Amino acid sequence: MYVAVKGGERAIDNAHAWLAEERRGDTAVADLSVAQIREQLSLAVNRVMAEGSLYDADLAALAIKQSRGDLIEAIFLIRAYRTTLPRFGGSLPVDTEDMACDRRISATFKDAPGGQVLGPTFDYTHRLLDFKLAADGEIGEVPQAPARDTATPHIMSFLDREDLIQPEPAGEATPPDLTRTPLELPADRALRLQALTRGDEGFILGMAYSTQRGYARNHAFVAELRIGTVPVEMEIPELGFSIDIGEINLTECETVNQFQGSKTNPPQFTRGYGLVFGMSERKAISMALVDRALRWKELGEDNVGAPAQDEEFVLYHADNIQATGFLEHIKLPHYVDFQSELELIRKLRREATQMQEAAE
Amino acid sequence: MKLDQDRITARKSWMGLLAKAPAAELSALWGALGTSPTHRVLRAPEIGGVMVRGRAGAIGAAFNLGEMTVTRCSVVLEDGTVGHAYVQGRDKGKATQAALVDALMQTAAAAHVEQVILAPLRKAAAETKAKRAAKAAATKVDFFTMVRGED
Repeated sequence: MYVAVKGGERAIDNAHAWLAEERRGDTAVADLSVAQIREQLSLAVNRVMAEGSLYDADLAALAIKQSRGDLIEAIFLIRAYRTTLPRFGGSLPVDTEDMACDRRISATFKDAPGGQVLGPTFDYTHRLLDFKLAADGEIGEVPQAPARDTATPHIMSFLDREDLIQPEPAGEATPPDLTRTPLELPADRALRLQALTRGDEGFILGMAYSTQRGYARNHAFVAELRIGTVPVEMEIPELGFSIDIGEINLTECETVNQFQGSKTNPPQFTRGYGLVFGMSERKAISMALVDRALRWKELGEDNVGAPAQDEEFVLYHADNIQATGFLEHIKLPHYVDFQSELELIRKLRREATQMQEAAE
Repeated sequence: MKLDQDRITARKSWMGLLAKAPAAELSALWGALGTSPTHRVLRAPEIGGVMVRGRAGAIGAAFNLGEMTVTRCSVVLEDGTVGHAYVQGRDKGKATQAALVDALMQTAAAAHVEQVILAPLRKAAAETKAKRAAKAAATKVDFFTMVRGED
């Protein structure tokens, strides 16, 4: 039970003033600009955009500054801002086949057409602290090589052609939107993918990892991981045709999974899919694994009771803003609640003591 | 009909270019145009969100990926030509300039606007894209098979 309490305004104002000072830190150290965060902490910015569910790097950078680097607090700020925006419409589905790829790798085909392109990855770094970065920020010349000027085909399209992989059914033109209608179960795949792409990276990673460790294992291979930019196109009612309204950076992961076939389907590979705002490859791979695990019903698999197969468990606990809101509310005043608990335990103790005394 | 289609294709192209252009670049080029046409604002610049969609498995059913910020604006020139803009981000100045460029591109000033604003924007976008593609190409892996340790 919540009871309105008045008072504490002065304490709150003073707390906010101190928060602002602590946020600024030592004034002998230069103030951090939003542009510096956007450019130099870009992966944090990417995470705030993905989980805040709003693609705007400047806003995400501002939120990170305001939240003192607490990314969940930053995501909260973005989610709150997002609700103030009028919705102009929905885009046409982005065509990731058209992506201008910074990175594109396949763990299943060595000689994939278009090649294995590493991009600006941490993968082969030695994970040794680089003290040069603390001393100066100088960077060397980045090597360039002649680029192909054709689109990079999806690896899956090759399996598709041979009918070795489960086809993807087309769905409704306007997918359900959990920001407009509260999430209800059972959720179709479109809703699940929306919940996963804005879900907490740590939670989705943990769920994905659990499938690899054997809880609903589905033997995922990363058929393809690509990172790059795609144009976003939308129908403009006053024009009567569609135009590009911008371009965004995305990470896409397609997994190919073992499948024995079922009563209804011949033996073929199945798919898991991850698509996330920004360069967020850990999240995209995790999303693909969890997506695949949640598909057990439509693929005619057994429910082995694994957490990652449990739609309610995954979807209702993936959102870090819902989770943190409920979790952190318990630190707010519950004086009356607790008072009644206190009364109750005193009464129970009194009764217990009386019974003991009576027995003696 | 063919002419109509060509006009739409051309307009799609410049509107898309303006939507993606960095605000500072467009602003500088707008300044270089030298004139600001007399116009009336039909729809004041408005910041909003567009829900970006993807496809399950890249080719299947559409799903909602998340929103992006967009600013839109509509203007009308003295001669009645209407210009629209939907541009990425929250820069109202950029949206207004893009709507004016869209309007001017439908008038006799088109060739001049193309030369002063659109051509440089197109060139800059192509260069940025080519540079990233060249850096990516330099990280392409060339595999070679190790000699196996058997005879």
